[in-house]
Amino acid sequence: MKTFGVVVFPGSNCDQDCYHAAAHAMGARARYIWHRDTDLSGVDCVILPGGFSYGDYLRTGAVARFSPVVAAVADFARAGGLVIGICNGFQILLEAHLLPGAMRRNQNQKFICKHVHLRVEQPQTPFTGAGRAGQVLRIPIAHGEGNYYADHETLRRLRENGQIVFRYCRPDGHITLDANPNGSMDNIAGICSERRNVLGMMPHPERCSEPVLGSADGRVIFESILRNGVVS
Amino acid sequence: MIEPAVYRELGLKDEEYQRIERLLEREPTPTELAMFSVEWSEHCGYPRSRPLLRLLPREGKFAPRVAGDAGGVEVAPGLTVLFKLESHNHPSQVEPKQGAATGVGGIIRDIFTMGARPIASLNSLRFGDLQTSLAKFLFAGVVDGIQFYGNCVGVPTVAGEVYFNRCYRGNCLVNVMCVGVVPTERIVLGRADGPGNAVMYVGSSTGRDGIGGCSVLASHEFGEDEQKRPTVQIGDPFTEKCLIEACLEALDTGAVVGMKDMGAAGLTCTTSEMAAAAGTGMDVDLALVPRREAGMEPYELMMSESQERMLLVVERGEEERVAGIFHKWDLNAVVIGRVTEDGILRVRDGGQVVAEMGAQDLASPPTYEMPVEPPAYIAEAAARDLSALPQPKDYERALLDLLASPNIASKRWVWEQYDHMVQINTVVLPGGDAAVLRLKDVAHDLSDAYLWEPRPAAIREPCPPTTPTPAIAVTTDCNSRYCYLDPYLGAQIAVAEAARNVVCTGAEPAGITDGLNFGNPEKPDRFWQFRRCVEGLAAACRAFGVPVVSGNVSFYNETPTDAIHPTPVVGMVGVIEDIERRCTMDFKRPGDRVILLGESLQELGGSEYLAVAHGLETGRPPALDLAREKAVQAACLEAIRAGLARSAHDCSEGGLAVALAESCIRGGIGAEIKLPPAQSDLRLDATLFGESQSRIILSANPRHVEEIARIAEKHGAPWAVIGETGGDRLRIESSAGAGLIALPVAEMEQAYEGAIPGLMG
Repeated sequence: MKTFGVVVFPGSNCDQDCYHAAAHAMGARARYIWHRDTDLSGVDCVILPGGFSYGDYLRTGAVARFSPVVAAVADFARAGGLVIGICNGFQILLEAHLLPGAMRRNQNQKFICKHVHLRVEQPQTPFTGAGRAGQVLRIPIAHGEGNYYADHETLRRLRENGQIVFRYCRPDGHITLDANPNGSMDNIAGICSERRNVLGMMPHPERCSEPVLGSADGRVIFESILRNGVVS
Repeated sequence: MIEPAVYRELGLKDEEYQRIERLLEREPTPTELAMFSVEWSEHCGYPRSRPLLRLLPREGKFAPRVAGDAGGVEVAPGLTVLFKLESHNHPSQVEPKQGAATGVGGIIRDIFTMGARPIASLNSLRFGDLQTSLAKFLFAGVVDGIQFYGNCVGVPTVAGEVYFNRCYRGNCLVNVMCVGVVPTERIVLGRADGPGNAVMYVGSSTGRDGIGGCSVLASHEFGEDEQKRPTVQIGDPFTEKCLIEACLEALDTGAVVGMKDMGAAGLTCTTSEMAAAAGTGMDVDLALVPRREAGMEPYELMMSESQERMLLVVERGEEERVAGIFHKWDLNAVVIGRVTEDGILRVRDGGQVVAEMGAQDLASPPTYEMPVEPPAYIAEAAARDLSALPQPKDYERALLDLLASPNIASKRWVWEQYDHMVQINTVVLPGGDAAVLRLKDVAHDLSDAYLWEPRPAAIREPCPPTTPTPAIAVTTDCNSRYCYLDPYLGAQIAVAEAARNVVCTGAEPAGITDGLNFGNPEKPDRFWQFRRCVEGLAAACRAFGVPVVSGNVSFYNETPTDAIHPTPVVGMVGVIEDIERRCTMDFKRPGDRVILLGESLQELGGSEYLAVAHGLETGRPPALDLAREKAVQAACLEAIRAGLARSAHDCSEGGLAVALAESCIRGGIGAEIKLPPAQSDLRLDATLFGESQSRIILSANPRHVEEIARIAEKHGAPWAVIGETGGDRLRIESSAGAGLIALPVAEMEQAYEGAIPGLMG
């Protein structure tokens, strides 16, 4: 059985939610990893959860990326281990250069919390293997800086290599401007590394892994990890 | 020799100063004078309200846990929900973002200081006319402050209310509520027990922010040109998040004997009240207090309202262990003194004693009986004859105007700025009658209390949930227009409406916290309003069998030209035994029957319709028959628990038509409604928009109607099938068959959802 390791930075808010989703909603094993810890033994998939690590001082995710654990996570990723960064976790992966691009403030300059729809663009990752191309998932966002940006060259590479994993869409799957909640380039909601073992996504799958919460579509991501996953 | 001007400047009366001299048997030192001035201020000491607050009942069906900074009720065996409402009005008028932010921070601290994990925040906000730029500025700033603090600190903001009325022009109201959960046996009190135990200061360092905030800002009216900016505190939600985790971890060691948060009056309040509560004393040295500014005087350290600080009493010998936990989270943790047994609060600054008084003396402000006098306007308003008012020519226009009225219109613009999902407990999201939060911790066996224990680094095996999962419903309510027209009745209605709101989600009302916002208590007509409101609250709470477990009083909400309406905000928590038996307000399917529980009377007084269509705030508020209210609520609750109600929504501002429109808009389905036959000569506008109390609209599968009727009869609640869901319009016909309204749901939705964004951009 797979074991999830949930990293906890000062200011992480969604670590307990991710732990609950992994352990209680999905029935997997889980443990916490304190940010000063570098021991990832026994962990098959690292989760960098949402929140406001270090209060979002400087730039969101900018300080967290210097924590000892991030270097350990980078080694883990290089060795092929699975890493998923959710919301602030995605921002940290960008700051740590484990994923390309950057996050800017939402276009409307406000924090937005609501359910949105995502289209699975890339089912061939350890995080989407249980889904299919074009599948629409209803997953909530909650962020002030989810406006993904990458320069033209990077964007071209992401497209060519199939690294765009999720895009914001309408309930029927159409990718439109009105379905984009934050101005993110190309409606990008989640991307993966070239080797596909590192994923960053702004929406929160841990918030929709149980029917009682209004949507269980987040389970697709956790199920994919549990089924596939590359163990280092 | 202390000049009267000095102590008056601090807000102390002559008699109070003389009393201080008598207690000390000498003149007070400057530090002592400062300490008394903040501890005895209206905001901290409650000298004028305390006698009346004793009227509020503390007993109820769900075992109340009333003590300390917050109070609560036991909602499941061994599990307590703590909650409290607090105001941060004056700072928010001065600096809306930081005023609101620090209000949120402060109320959250009141919850985790008792060992509870904060699981939700709510708020009740009031501003002037939203057409004015001042109101827009304050509204935007306050919402920004709440999202800035609440989102970062990781506590979801799940419910609330926002009202606009010109009476709040010079005095906005920002009432914030926090709810937390804790195993009953782990509740911690703010007591300094055990002479010899360490007094430990944890959290942010102390600066000059907020000095005199409670004594200066919150205990006086605003003058016309006041510059009170330096007295507004600055909040740091990141530090508070770390503080939550560190405190809960520290409590888990079992070595923390008492804990109290430093809010208004900071160190003065915590040291004196913790010692007084335990009957002990304290000896503290200010030289050990972490500070962020140089050259701070002892009185400044004692008065400072710097945020994100707590005072702990730690078992002798365990100081390093506990401090280590705070250091791990990069927070200050310093032993600044010891608990003593002589009942004296002794404050040193390095070698020198700068203050020395009985802890009980300091923590026992005098109380005052204030004179009351009913204001003249009440009788005039009650006698106002509304029968001659013209009826609307266009009922559709009237309904659209109400849906677009800021008091009724959708507040989505507000709550989509709040993270209302973090902690993954929110099952019924904002926008309904009440928010519903599951208590998932209960379902996972309290001994696996991973939310209170330090995060385990060891791998844990999965633990499937047991069922059923209980839940709580939470809401804040107050129609201050009713309270203005009849304080006693208005306050009762606030309780009734809060109870009705949680019932509509399937919850049984369990406990109340209150936020009492009034004008200058030294004016007999304002104090009369306060007294009548407290009496009304007490009567209603007793009738519903619901205890008041905590609360807050905010006086002096007025300027020379404006006084607020009496605004006793009720924060209600209800209990749902099984989360699967919850209910929401949206119509679900076409072809469902629409049932009205309760009775519509001819009551236009105090209605939003009267204000919007006729520009009047007058008349009598709608009557409240407590027996009828309880019958309707009981019928609704039973129907929901039996799985018979597809939706439930109560009638409030805007009356029956607005309630129906809201259920249509939220469900995206129209309805065909025929108004029940009239009791007497009914004005159609009164039937559509009047705000008669004790009415709930249900929708149900047609084959369940008979059962629902039986339940209603059993409880003695009037009921009537008034129509059916379906189509894309809301059609309302009079009992005589005249078509009054046939509005497309899309058009109603545009008015309802577009109003606030349209004004705020």
